[in-house]
Amino acid sequence: MFYFENRQIVTPGELLAEGDYIAGSNTYKEGLKIYASRLGLVEYEERTVQVIALNSVYIPSPGDQVIGKIEDINVNGWTVDINSPYKGILRANDAFNKPFKQQRDNLANLLDVGDLILAKVVAFDRTIDPILTIREPGLGKITQGQIVRVSPAKVPRIIGRKASMINMIKRETECKIIVGRNGIVLVSGPSPENERLAILAIERIAQEAHTSGLTDRIAEMIKREKGVKA
Amino acid sequence: MSGKIRLIDENGLRVDGRKPNELRPIKMEVGVLSNADGSAYIEQGKSKILAAVYGPREVHPRHLALPDRALLRCRYHMAPFSVEERKSPAPSRREIELSKVIREALEPAVFLEKFPRTSIDVFIEVLQADGGTRCAGTTVAALALADAGIPMRDMVVACAAGKIDGVLVLDLNDIEDKEGEADLPVAYMPNLGLISLLQMDGTLTFEEFKQALNLAIEGCKQIYRLQKEALKAKYVAIKEEVEEACLQ
Amino acid sequence: MSSIMVSRIRQKQIYQMISSGKRLDGRGLMDYRPIKIETGIIEKAEGSARVLLGKTEIVVGVKVEIGEPFPDRPNEGVFTVNSEFVPLASPEFEPGPPNEEAIELARIVDRGIRESQAIDLEKLCLIPGRKVYVIFIDIYVLNHDGNLIDASAIASLAALLNTKIPMYVIENGEVKRMSEYMPLPVRNYPIAVTFANISDKLVVDPWLEEEEVMNARLTITCDKDSNICAVQKGGQGALTPQQIIEAAYIAKGKSEELRRLVVESIGQKM
Repeated sequence: MFYFENRQIVTPGELLAEGDYIAGSNTYKEGLKIYASRLGLVEYEERTVQVIALNSVYIPSPGDQVIGKIEDINVNGWTVDINSPYKGILRANDAFNKPFKQQRDNLANLLDVGDLILAKVVAFDRTIDPILTIREPGLGKITQGQIVRVSPAKVPRIIGRKASMINMIKRETECKIIVGRNGIVLVSGPSPENERLAILAIERIAQEAHTSGLTDRIAEMIKREKGVKA
Repeated sequence: MSGKIRLIDENGLRVDGRKPNELRPIKMEVGVLSNADGSAYIEQGKSKILAAVYGPREVHPRHLALPDRALLRCRYHMAPFSVEERKSPAPSRREIELSKVIREALEPAVFLEKFPRTSIDVFIEVLQADGGTRCAGTTVAALALADAGIPMRDMVVACAAGKIDGVLVLDLNDIEDKEGEADLPVAYMPNLGLISLLQMDGTLTFEEFKQALNLAIEGCKQIYRLQKEALKAKYVAIKEEVEEACLQ
Repeated sequence: MSSIMVSRIRQKQIYQMISSGKRLDGRGLMDYRPIKIETGIIEKAEGSARVLLGKTEIVVGVKVEIGEPFPDRPNEGVFTVNSEFVPLASPEFEPGPPNEEAIELARIVDRGIRESQAIDLEKLCLIPGRKVYVIFIDIYVLNHDGNLIDASAIASLAALLNTKIPMYVIENGEVKRMSEYMPLPVRNYPIAVTFANISDKLVVDPWLEEEEVMNARLTITCDKDSNICAVQKGGQGALTPQQIIEAAYIAKGKSEELRRLVVESIGQKM
């Protein structure tokens, strides 16, 4: 028994369904009743009920690609702000490709307080802070581009089904775009104007994430903005 | 005590013209502050209250962190200009008690176990007070928590009932609270049917207490409908804008 | 925020026993621990009482002074209630100004006395608008073994009933102290009854470990006519309306039991 229509906006505590269903993300189950735990759009599938949250907090998960800012340097590595209640730990071994000598200067030379990095979450559980690495190809210090912050809940929408949305924006704005799972997006393009377009598109998606026909509308918006400048 | 004001007139109406079980006009808005993770604003009669939520975030000072859940902290504070006679900004004993009581009203609703070693900080600022501020403060704090995307078992909504001139009434304003015979603030989790805040001062018989409690719960249910609308409002408005634009 | 961290095994034991209608110390769900009340133990205070509720120990001292009335109540005496959770009472108490629990406790006891109009404040007026009696009720927690609220309310009431105030005569528009004393005019007898909600059941007079594992706490204060004059829910959990009504109903009878104990210990008739 479903109590709402698909894609309706639901609020925390509302009874979504009753029966032998699986409680998906942003819902919880008590007996046979499934309730929403966050404000968002309810999605009913055959066996699962979930809510696509309109806003949520980023909780790290191993494998996530994240963009962070160096906050502190200590003897063993760096503390990284990854837009989460939990601070990321980047150990020296996970940053250097060759064995390093324990000298503080080495660390600051590689990454200093205030630097931005693209990193990957290696491990995280209840007892430790998330461990990061930048040793894989493509990861490391970010040297150019602009940062956009969105709610982590919007990241799937910005990427789109099979990356359709993000690829469209990259194509139309000629920008390189890296989307961190933690809601931080890096935009880097041939000119500030290109970057501005990409940022505009991303912010618009975040705002209208709960509506349909978004990909086409954003594509049109970008074309319109480009046309104005031409 | 002396110089009694008539709180109910010969037509059964209250000093502001309301019937006994009528709520004051209520206005709510969600997402009003850009820095906070979640925020909301409420006007209930002449009471004006703002709430902001920061978190889950790192706990400061560190030693307060709990190993298996988030620490919920709540500060209920009245602005010096919020009342008739300027109130000192330093927290009064009443504000300290209400901060505790409101925190305990919100705690059962939040999934604190999902965020060990963090804190969720709720700040309630009363900009103008005209009675019922702990209830409106609880209601607006719950909106701010939901706006912040913090997972909750249920919303929390609050309303007071009381007795004035021998009559049981809903949603007392300041004069009714000061001059009346009893004031019963209640916070309610509407889908789970549980009460998370309950206080009373005054004098009520057992029967009156039962009736006042039920009256307050009815008030909570009405205010809950407004809470839901306020949460959905921002998104519904955007949806409608988009749909209209598509039709053109 | 006391957290003596009851072990999981112990927590389970408490839940199981209460589910089956009994408590770890052998009490029934609606039984108070043994109560001992002594009055007049601090000679320098105008009134005092010491209460032992199980192992919880509270001392209340009442001091009486002369002062100014509140501007909006020129014909009434004034009273205030304060409580101190002194560090020797529990490993969890730290030195410093009263924390939120101490403040909450003082305000609950205050509400009981104020709303039941237990102290006849109009009889405490000497010169209207200028001189009235000021009554200081100070609650001192000496040992915390649970249910500080009820113990404090009982001790406060006993101390008030024990209080003698110095008599004054008005001469030339000023008050002059005489050598005689008279009893503080007390005309109602508020008693707090605190419940803990554990395993979906209500138990009365929770002791320390029960407080650690309880879902929520509910205090109902009744006056001598069984009117409810104060209510306070505490704790991180929530209660059903049915549980609240049930507690209010039981509190009527329980407060009467406790009231009789207090009055007997003073040797007075109500």
